Amino acid sequence: MSEALLKVESVTKNFGGFTALSNVTTEVLTGERFGLIGPNGSGKTTLINCISGTLVNEGGNIIFDGQELAGMKAHQRTAAGITRTFQIPRPFHSMTIMDNLRIPIEFVSGSSSSQNEMKDQAMEILETMGMAEKANEETSGLTQIELRKLELARAIAAKPKLLISDEAMAGLTGNEVDEVLDILIKFNEAGMTIIMIEHIMRAVMQFSHRVICLDAGQLIAEGTPDVIVKDKGVERAYLGV
Amino acid sequence: MEFTELLLNAIVAGILLGGFFAALSIGLSICFGLLDTVNIAHPTIIVGAAFCTFLLNDLLGIDPILAGLILTPVFFILGLAIYSMYYQFFEKQSAEALRGLAFFFGLLFIAEVLMIMAFGVDHRLVSAPYIGNSFTTALAGMEFSIPYRLLAAFVVASAMTVGLQVYLSKSFFGRATSAVHQDGMALSLMGVDPVMVKRIAFALGLATCGLAGALMIIVIPIEPAVGRFFIGNVFAIVVLGGLGSISGTLVAAFILGIAESVVSTFFGPSWAPAVSFAILLGVLAFKPTGLFGSGDTR
Amino acid sequence: MRFKFEIGCVLVLLACFIFTQADINRFYYFAGFAILQYVMISTAWNILGGYGGYINFGTAGFLGVGSYAAIALIEFYGAGIIEQIVAAGIIAGFLGLAIGFFTLRLKGVYFAIATLALAIVLETIVNNWDYVGGAAGVSILPPRKPELLGILIVDRKGDGIFQNNKEYLFFLMAVMAVMSVWIARTIEFGKLGRGLNAIKDNEEAAECMGVPTLKLKLVATVISGALMGMAGAIFPSYVTYVDPPTAFNLELAVNSLAMPMIGGTFTWIGPVVGSILLGTVQQVAIVTISSEINLLIIGVLLIFFVTVAPQGIVGWFMKKNK
Repeated sequence: MSEALLKVESVTKNFGGFTALSNVTTEVLTGERFGLIGPNGSGKTTLINCISGTLVNEGGNIIFDGQELAGMKAHQRTAAGITRTFQIPRPFHSMTIMDNLRIPIEFVSGSSSSQNEMKDQAMEILETMGMAEKANEETSGLTQIELRKLELARAIAAKPKLLISDEAMAGLTGNEVDEVLDILIKFNEAGMTIIMIEHIMRAVMQFSHRVICLDAGQLIAEGTPDVIVKDKGVERAYLGV
Repeated sequence: MEFTELLLNAIVAGILLGGFFAALSIGLSICFGLLDTVNIAHPTIIVGAAFCTFLLNDLLGIDPILAGLILTPVFFILGLAIYSMYYQFFEKQSAEALRGLAFFFGLLFIAEVLMIMAFGVDHRLVSAPYIGNSFTTALAGMEFSIPYRLLAAFVVASAMTVGLQVYLSKSFFGRATSAVHQDGMALSLMGVDPVMVKRIAFALGLATCGLAGALMIIVIPIEPAVGRFFIGNVFAIVVLGGLGSISGTLVAAFILGIAESVVSTFFGPSWAPAVSFAILLGVLAFKPTGLFGSGDTR
Repeated sequence: MRFKFEIGCVLVLLACFIFTQADINRFYYFAGFAILQYVMISTAWNILGGYGGYINFGTAGFLGVGSYAAIALIEFYGAGIIEQIVAAGIIAGFLGLAIGFFTLRLKGVYFAIATLALAIVLETIVNNWDYVGGAAGVSILPPRKPELLGILIVDRKGDGIFQNNKEYLFFLMAVMAVMSVWIARTIEFGKLGRGLNAIKDNEEAAECMGVPTLKLKLVATVISGALMGMAGAIFPSYVTYVDPPTAFNLELAVNSLAMPMIGGTFTWIGPVVGSILLGTVQQVAIVTISSEINLLIIGVLLIFFVTVAPQGIVGWFMKKNK
């Protein structure tokens, strides 16, 4: 692990009079498993919206892979190698699971491939996720864990350098959490840098090399999981003492 | 008349027109701005109320403003019915918002056809002592001419919109309505049914059509398709004012009223419809949140 | 078979050509022309509305712009019908680009609202534009002996391909309708169609999965608008008298969205089925009942399908056959 893949430099975001992010600075290293925690409303999702380009930050810079992201639209950032999942799964509900994956493949990662090659690529990802037999099903019949996995599979199909997983485990059982963790670790070992936003502390602490904690739009702690669990500020933010 | 006099006359007429526009738009401002229900049939429903006013005036000799007041509860009930249907088929199933638009478009069209079948395409008027005359006053050496019908509409419209504005900002129901706009969940935790709040608020928006229709037939002769000409106006006003802001709607109504009046005076009344469209496009392109809006437009 | 659809297109055109050569009651030409025009308009509408989920209420505006572009060209230098169609397509395409540029960055309702107001504004402009007849309308004199690439097209004495101008325009309308359906189908099975579908399902997710949403919406709006403009361009020559209320008729806007909704918006055949069914019903209803009841039928059917059967007739059949 060497240089920074993503640099967030004093990023600020306001909604009307409300400051959702104030002066947040951090770095994510290439190949890192990076945890992002914080209580509800602390600005986690706002931060990744600014990184993925669905929101525009008023202040600060975001630099990815040596490239300043300001002015780039979300789909251009996806093409540059940043892909995110959504907290509440947003499948393309009129398409089959296979076709859901073909969208990012066709528009980003494999735009020069033939239709059959795209299908193979999508199938490969579905196999890794243990969803191959569902490939031609509609999304309406999927269970909670399958929707979560589809959300991840679709993001991975864009072949990102940086995958941002926004609460991919909310509402899952213990075993299912482990299943998703295994998948993420597998893709990380294949070279994908991953930011994980998570409320399930066990998962994020087990997964991450390094964790940051946001509270009320400010970065209040940064360090290895061991350090973060013992941090007084983090404890205060969560318990509200 | 010289230029300044013309301009000032146009501005005075524009302010009066603005009051009338406010009456047309305030119901939509509630439905669209606060409830996210894009009722594009709103102006056509107002025309429906105008025809009801015509009937009450023509057959029973009721004063149009009184007729408008009588019609208000009727349109409130109509609003309850329309919202129930809308809720059943669209909001409950969280269907695409755009299908709901097609629904209201269908309503608009059906209402228009029914009115053509009932009343034909002739223009209709009502009679009242304040219609047809105007009073003239001189101020600072300039002459101002103000038609009573515009003045009457202005007074009634102002009373209605200001009253609604105060009611929505001060009453529990009003605050519940803006809460439903921001966070329906919090409301249900407080024991208030968000669907009920929305249904009543929508009905309130439609109730304004009763009075607005009476004002419309006082201000202009009406025919079934006239509602279409106000679609640009009412949406330009609501968007310019900012979604979710009732007072913004009032300010925007006056801005549009003055702009239309000035353009009519100097370029001819046939150019007036272009004004609202230009304002609508301009706002959407450069400041989609409007003057006082906080809303989310993406 | 590989070219099943293309062969079908050729057969339809052949049938339409034979129709023009047969000696048939003129009412059928008129009805057939109206239905073909609706096939084209609703197919064009569906490219943006059905695939992308962006509702255009301004069909009448795009058609009217096409009609008046054609009229202006006739007044200007007596342009032939082909030039009128091409120019109208380009101008209406630009209109789509302009409206899209202002409103397509925002939620879909704003595009819908802007298009709703569009027809009124364009009608205002034409009302004030005396060169194309203004509010009074304008009469068009069809050229006596139109030629194309040196071939005599229409001649009453029988030396041309067609006996009269109406037959020629009927066939031209058929060609354009088939072309529109072909374009819509090509889009549907291509990258553009899949991108638009993703936009319709969830625009933010589409953007984050690399779909250039604004660009695709603009492209779809331009193609859809251009086709509507082309359909409008042929109208003045066919009816020979146009005034603003006919050119910017709201009925057109209602039909253009009712037909795809009734047929089914998710595939190219939906608007075709919807136009043929509703178009035929209307042609019969206008003759047998009254034009108001005819309009009422469209409105009620639209509401029925939007609320109860959003998948349309084609969707209903597909479900049944599963």
